[in-house]
Amino acid sequence: MAKDTNMSDFRWIGTRPDRPDGLDKVTGRARYGADIQAANMLHAAVVRSPHAHARIVKIDTSKAEALDGVKAIVTRADFPTGLTGEDWDLQENTMAGERALYDGHAVAAVAATSAHIARDAAKLIEVEYEILPHVIHVDDAMAEGAPVIREGAAGPAVPPGLHPNVVGYTEFGHGDVAAEMAKADLVMERSYKTEATHQGYIEPHACMGQLGSDGKGEMWVCTQGHWYIRKMCAAVLGLETAQLRVTASEIGGGFGGKTTIFMEPLSLALSRKAGGRPVKLVMSRSEVLRATGPTASASMDVKMGMTKDGKITAATANFRMQGGAFPGSPYDMALYCAFAPYQIPALHHVGYDVLANRPKCAAYRAPGSPMGAFAVESLIDEMCAELGLDPMEVRIKNGSKSGDKASYGPTFGVIGLEETLVATKAHSNMSVPLGPNQGRGIAAGYWFNHGGETSVSVALSEDGTVQVSVGTPDVGGSRASMALMAAETLGIPYENVRVNIAETGALGVNEPTHGSRATFASGKAMHGALTQAINEMCKRAAAKWKIDPEAVEWKDGAAVPAGPNAGQFPPMTIEQIAKKMGSTGGPISGHHESVPGGVGASFGAHVVDVEVDPETGHTKILRYLVVQDAGRAIHPSYVEGQYQGGAVQGIGWALNEEYIYDDMGRLQNPIFLDYRVPVASDLPMIDTVIVEVPNPGHPFGVRGVGETGITPPLPAIANAVAAATGARIRHLPITPTKLLAAIKAK
Amino acid sequence: MSKVHVSTTVNGEPVEFLADTRDTLLDSLRDSLGLTGTKEGCGTGDCGACSVTVDGTLVCSCLMLGVEAQGKKIETIEGMANGAELHPLQRKFIEHAALQCGFCTPGILVASKALLEKNNNPTEEQVRYWLAGNLCRCTGYDKIIRAVMDAAAEMRGAA
Repeated sequence: MAKDTNMSDFRWIGTRPDRPDGLDKVTGRARYGADIQAANMLHAAVVRSPHAHARIVKIDTSKAEALDGVKAIVTRADFPTGLTGEDWDLQENTMAGERALYDGHAVAAVAATSAHIARDAAKLIEVEYEILPHVIHVDDAMAEGAPVIREGAAGPAVPPGLHPNVVGYTEFGHGDVAAEMAKADLVMERSYKTEATHQGYIEPHACMGQLGSDGKGEMWVCTQGHWYIRKMCAAVLGLETAQLRVTASEIGGGFGGKTTIFMEPLSLALSRKAGGRPVKLVMSRSEVLRATGPTASASMDVKMGMTKDGKITAATANFRMQGGAFPGSPYDMALYCAFAPYQIPALHHVGYDVLANRPKCAAYRAPGSPMGAFAVESLIDEMCAELGLDPMEVRIKNGSKSGDKASYGPTFGVIGLEETLVATKAHSNMSVPLGPNQGRGIAAGYWFNHGGETSVSVALSEDGTVQVSVGTPDVGGSRASMALMAAETLGIPYENVRVNIAETGALGVNEPTHGSRATFASGKAMHGALTQAINEMCKRAAAKWKIDPEAVEWKDGAAVPAGPNAGQFPPMTIEQIAKKMGSTGGPISGHHESVPGGVGASFGAHVVDVEVDPETGHTKILRYLVVQDAGRAIHPSYVEGQYQGGAVQGIGWALNEEYIYDDMGRLQNPIFLDYRVPVASDLPMIDTVIVEVPNPGHPFGVRGVGETGITPPLPAIANAVAAATGARIRHLPITPTKLLAAIKAK
Repeated sequence: MSKVHVSTTVNGEPVEFLADTRDTLLDSLRDSLGLTGTKEGCGTGDCGACSVTVDGTLVCSCLMLGVEAQGKKIETIEGMANGAELHPLQRKFIEHAALQCGFCTPGILVASKALLEKNNNPTEEQVRYWLAGNLCRCTGYDKIIRAVMDAAAEMRGAA
C-alpha cells in the first residue's frame, strides 16, 4: 500500500484501548507454561553436569530406577543417532552424548509421580566423569593450545590455519580503507569487550509433553514460537513433524531466549518411555541461567578515521564472539549492525564465531547489535572528545538516509534515522544542566526487523464479530495491536475482534515472535486475510443486489455500492452479511500465507544522564530518553513499553549483568540475587519519543519496535560515565569496582 | 513420606490440603489448591513473582513452607478483585499498560496492594523501593510505577 494511503486518518490505529488479555493477566487466570495439570501426569527432573568439560564415562541409573514412583529415565541412548548440522547441535545440547560441554549440560532425565520423587531420583543417578580441560573466554578459546571443544565443526568459510574452536568466519566491506583512512585527521583504534548476559525472562522454561508409542504427541509449552518447538523436537526425537501438536501457553517473557528448544524433547522422550503419560518439566532459575541460551560474549577491535569537522572516512572492525559449545554466536549480525547508522566511504569487517565451554547461546533482543554498537558508538564518542566535536552533530552529519546503501550491502528503503536524531537533539532532556560528577551520553542503534514465514486466518462469526488466528505468541501486547489493525481494516469496533494464538494444528508454519516481527508480519498477513474476507462479503452483497461484485466496496463495516452507477442500495453491514452467510454460500473466512516482504528497519537514539559516586564508583541513572522510529505505533502504550523495557535491559547489561565463571568453568552467579537485573529503585522514569516515519512495506506503516531499544544503552552509558568521570570503560559491565579503579588510575 | 494435613484460610475461604513437608507455600497454593495465579520465577526469594500476604504481611511464598500456613490467613492474586469488580490497582495496570508478558504482574499487584494499605500516598521513590523486590524484565518499571501512583490517587479520592 502506498505511503500516502497509510498516512490517512485512523479510527483505531494509534489509540490506547485496554489489551484484550488484560483481565486474565491481572487476575492470575492467564495460564503460563507451568500452570497446567493433566490426568495421570508425571513430573520430571534433569541431571546436569557440574563440570565445564568432561567425558561421560558411565551413567548408573539403577538406584534411581529402584525408587518408588520413578516411571522413566532417559539418557542420550534413548535418542536417535545420525543427526547432522543444527539438528545434531540441538540434540547434543538437549542431552549430552560422549561429553558434557558446559556446566549445566543435561546428562540424564527422570520422570516420577511427584516433583519431589523426580528430584530425589535425579540425585540417585550416578554419573562418572573424566574431567577435561576447558576454556571460557573467547580470545582464550581461539589461542594456540586451547582445549578443542569439537573437531571438524568449522564452517566452510573458515580459513585454514585457525584453531578448531573457530567455527564461523566472515569478511566483507567496501571502498579503499587505506586511502580513506589517510584522509582522516584522527585515526583511533580501541578494543572493547562485552560479557554474556541472560535474557532474564521471569518465567522459567516449562512444558508438558505427551508422546505415545504410535509417534503421536502433544505439547504445551511456554515459547515464542511453537512451530519451531515442533520442528526441533521432531528432529531431535526422529518424529514425523505433523504428528506432534504444540500449543503455546501464555509466555512470561522471552526476548529471543524462547525461540528454540532446551529441555522440551526430554518431556516427550520420558513420556514415550513411561507409556505415553504426560510429563511436566519446569526449570529452576539456576537451570535457566546455567543451561538455556544466554547471549554471546564479545571481544572487539575497531579502528576509525575522522576529519576535523567530524566526517567519518573509514573504519575497520574485528569482532570475536563465543556463543557456547555450539556454532551460532551473532558475530555476523553484530558486524552488519555496527556501522549501519552511518555512511562511511570505506569499511572492512572481519568476524569469528568461536566455541567455548558455555551454554549454547540463543537470540537476545537484536542479537549482536548491542555489542557492535558498544564498540562503534564508544569509539565515535572517544574521537569526538579528542577532536572537540559535538557527538550529536557528528551522528547527524554521518547518518544514513533513505535510499542510502547500508554498511553491510543492501540499500535502505524509507528509514527514519535523521528524523530520530533531530527529535533527540530537540528534546528537553538535552538541555538539562548537569552538576558535579554528572555526565551525558548519547548513542544510536539499529535493528533490521524481520518478515519470516507467516500464516494467519480470520473467520466471521454468525453475529458479525471476527476471530483472528495468528501463530505469533503474544509476549508484550500483540493481541491488542492485531485487534486494532483488524478493527481498522474492517471498520468495526475493537471489542468485536477476538485474537487467538492458534496451536500448530490450526495454521500453516509460523516463525516465532522474534525479529520484531509479530505486528509487522502477522499484521501484514492478517491484512491479506481480512482483504480476502472483505472481498467475499462484498460478493455476498453483490449477489443479493444482483450487481457485479466489482461494483461493491467495503466502507465503515459494511458493503456499499461502489458509486452512483452501481445502483442505489443501503449499506449491508457485517452483522447482516454474517447472519445470512449460512444460506448465501457458507462460512466466510480469509487466509494468508507468505513470507512478508517490505520489512522496514528501525533506528533509535538514546540519551542518558548519569551521576557517578566518586567514593564508591556507583553509577546512578538520573534521566533516560529513548527516541525511536516505529514506522507507525499501532498501540502507542505498548510501543513505549518496548522502548522502556529494551532500554532497561541495556542498562542492566551496561552496569550489572554478566556471567561469572570460576577457574573450574562453573557459573558462579546462577540465581537472581547474584545475576542482578535492574530493579525499580535503580531507575528513573524512562522518557520516550515515538518517531513515525511510516514503512511503505506495511499496510499501516509498521516497522517493528521490539529490539532496537536494547542497542544504544551500552555505549550511551559508557559515554555518559566517561563524560562524568573522564574514565573510559571499554569492558562491560561498568561495575563500581571497575569504575573506581579506572577513576583512580587516571 | 507421610503428608501433613493443613487447615488454613485463603482469600477468605477456609481450605484444607495435604502438604509434603518439603512443599513450599507456593507449591501448596499452586499444586494442591490449584491457585496458579501466584508464580515461581526464582524459588530463592529474589524476584517477588510469588508474593502473597500471610496474616497481612507481604511474603515470598517460595520462602515459606506449606505446613507453616496452618491457621493463617493468606491472600493471593485470586482474591484481589471483589467478584467481577477489579481492585483499582488491577484496573490501573490494564489502563496504563503496566504489564507486557504479565508473569510478574500478580506478585507486583499483591505487593503494591500491601504498600497502599500501609501508605496511601507514597512518593515515586517509596513505590520504587517498596517494589525493588519484584523483578519485571519487560517494562522497565515506568508504567508500573505510574499505575501504582495513579491507583493510590484514585483510592485516596474515593476514600
